[in-house]
Amino acid sequence: MWFFTEEHKLLKKSVRDFAQSVLGPKIDELDEKEGYDRTYFTKMADLGLLGITTAEEYGGTQMGCVAATIAMEELGAVDASTALSYLAHTILTVNNIATSASDAQKKKYLPKLVSGEWIGGMGMTEPGAGSDALAMRTRAEKKGKKYILNGSKMFITNAVMGDVFYVYARTGDGRKDISTFIVESSFPGFKMGKKLKKMGMRASPTGELIFENCEVPAENLVGQEGGSVAHMLKNLDIERITISGISLGIARASIETAVKYAKERSQFGRPIADFQMIQAMLADAQAAYEAAAHYTYNIAKAWDEGLLDSNEASRASSAKVKLFAAPMATKVALDAIQILGGYGYIKEFPVERYMRDAKLVEIGAGTNEMLRVITARSMLGDL
Amino acid sequence: MALSEEQAQLKELAAKATKQIISPIVEKDEEEGIFRREVIAELGKLGLTGIPTPAEYDGAGLGYLEYTLALEEIATASVAYAVSVAVSGLPQIILNLFGSKEQKEKYVPPLARGEHIGAFSLSESHSGSDAASLKTRAVKRGNEYILNGTKLWTTQGNVADTAIVFARTGAEGARGVSAFIVEKGTPGFRAGKLEHKMGINISPTCELILEDVKVPSSNLVGQEGMGFRIAMTALDSGRITIGASAVGLGRAALEYCVQYARGRKQFDQAIIDFQGIQFMLADMYTSLEASRLLVRQAATLKDLGKPFTREAAAAKLFATDSTMRITTDAVQVLGGVGYTKEYPVERYMREAKVMQIVEGTNQIQRLVIGRSLSS
Repeated sequence: MWFFTEEHKLLKKSVRDFAQSVLGPKIDELDEKEGYDRTYFTKMADLGLLGITTAEEYGGTQMGCVAATIAMEELGAVDASTALSYLAHTILTVNNIATSASDAQKKKYLPKLVSGEWIGGMGMTEPGAGSDALAMRTRAEKKGKKYILNGSKMFITNAVMGDVFYVYARTGDGRKDISTFIVESSFPGFKMGKKLKKMGMRASPTGELIFENCEVPAENLVGQEGGSVAHMLKNLDIERITISGISLGIARASIETAVKYAKERSQFGRPIADFQMIQAMLADAQAAYEAAAHYTYNIAKAWDEGLLDSNEASRASSAKVKLFAAPMATKVALDAIQILGGYGYIKEFPVERYMRDAKLVEIGAGTNEMLRVITARSMLGDL
Repeated sequence: MALSEEQAQLKELAAKATKQIISPIVEKDEEEGIFRREVIAELGKLGLTGIPTPAEYDGAGLGYLEYTLALEEIATASVAYAVSVAVSGLPQIILNLFGSKEQKEKYVPPLARGEHIGAFSLSESHSGSDAASLKTRAVKRGNEYILNGTKLWTTQGNVADTAIVFARTGAEGARGVSAFIVEKGTPGFRAGKLEHKMGINISPTCELILEDVKVPSSNLVGQEGMGFRIAMTALDSGRITIGASAVGLGRAALEYCVQYARGRKQFDQAIIDFQGIQFMLADMYTSLEASRLLVRQAATLKDLGKPFTREAAAAKLFATDSTMRITTDAVQVLGGVGYTKEYPVERYMREAKVMQIVEGTNQIQRLVIGRSLSS
């Protein structure tokens, strides 16, 4: 991107080197077995990645949204699962705490999260509350110096391995009576539910969080009781911009694999790259990738520059970026398989994994359908 | 498209057999990659493994239209078994069209009855879409041919009793290729590595290795040099069967989505009541119906003895592209649960992709259609 700073370029190179040397050799096996590697977090911490949007006083590097998106793209190009786990930790947990929590809470949690000693996740979705997030039923009731949480959260990235979760729960009966709690997995009444078996993103554990009279100290309430909706939505915005980086990474890797294969593979006496049909697929993929990259980094830059000043501008811009980037990656990965033909369908080549991983981004962090609703509302106003 | 009473009965029979024999085992077997011969044997007892083969060779003596009806039903539960039936059908169609009386009598009946499993072995590592460049050699010595080479991507090659293997007997190019019947257990003939695939894991895909395999001259199909024509003729027909299987898979995905979208509530209403979902379902339905009509049109032309190459290519292209879209959207309609293994739609999506690659990649279908329009 023309506006990348020297710092951005250095970051890009160091994350790429890390991804290729550390994540690359292990991803096939982790994908196959649905395994994960906790040590990735301390290694990413050594690169300064875990506090990428966090102030230096809490151990962060405060490089911003463009930098976070660069990290997502470089991780995503090699191991989208780890990119996703990194997103749940760094954007959904660390950035949320850094943005909304009190000084005392930041001092308590951020150093451990930014160093990778603890792994974080965010709990919003429930079995009955997906796109309709405000229909959540997990409830928190204040009893003395504690809140007692009851309910369950579903599709939580970094469940199973997480140490601390940023959890939304209902503290009143109105749709917007939502509060936030920092919940450690060691708190009484907290249980990890089952780990989900997935099509892709298999090296990033996804599961259920169960609260059975879970006791949370009152000082772990983030902000005001019932005051969480605004910052919950604001944090979804940066999530949608940065997760688009994962789509960019998957698409770029798909194209790189397809280009290399098309040049090496000969049929009818010449490389298949010579055929217009293959060239057309590659050209469309590259144009789509570049369009998505320019769009995504442009909005990330606007975020960093404070140009998305109203909540409306921020919501619609981030929704549109992901709505454009996520389906692009699925399409590019599908076409990469097609270019590789039979080889694309087997596990010896990575493109079938790219496709399985790419599809998730069309669903997580707001389905395409919800992003269209948000976008249309921004154009049409309240009808 | 109206079906005759007999056709409707066949469809019903296939649907029932699918539910009873295949549906109960498919999830687990797909996960573990287990192919069961007895499934094919059971389908065979019901007359579903030799539908277009003449009755004198123990087939049902019906047409390709009937064949597509049965394959669609089987594919609603398992693309792998639909493909298995279709691939066992390839030696049957080849021998029915090009085989000698002795070859037909010996090899076709057990295939048609589902007691034997068939394979079709054309591709090699450097010869995929460009099939005529294959390198496996067959050299005539007295009353035998000696075959040497390695074939790739052979569906059920490791379990097949009767394989049609394509090898070069002459010069480079299409005219140097011949077709041979190779029996399981022939010395020097063995399955190599099994491919580890994204989907249709019930259906084994493997290398076939031929090391000084002696095949009697009587197992040459047709004449020397006819192999490429035989392969292309078989693939023309095979494309109809892959199209039919894609229709079955797409139908399963659509039916699952409709059921889910009716039951799933968000924002206090069933999600099927949102236009965003409804229109997706409407597009899925429309492309599915169009696919089925193209498939049945190609089958009908074949049954009438009319040219059908272009139509079969168009049916395969459209039906498999449609099913890729349908199954991708099916995951989308289900959202998060659609991405998990507890629901079948992620499997449908993985299965759809292979159909755009087999029996001629969809690039090759476009080439076939384009050439037929330009000549």
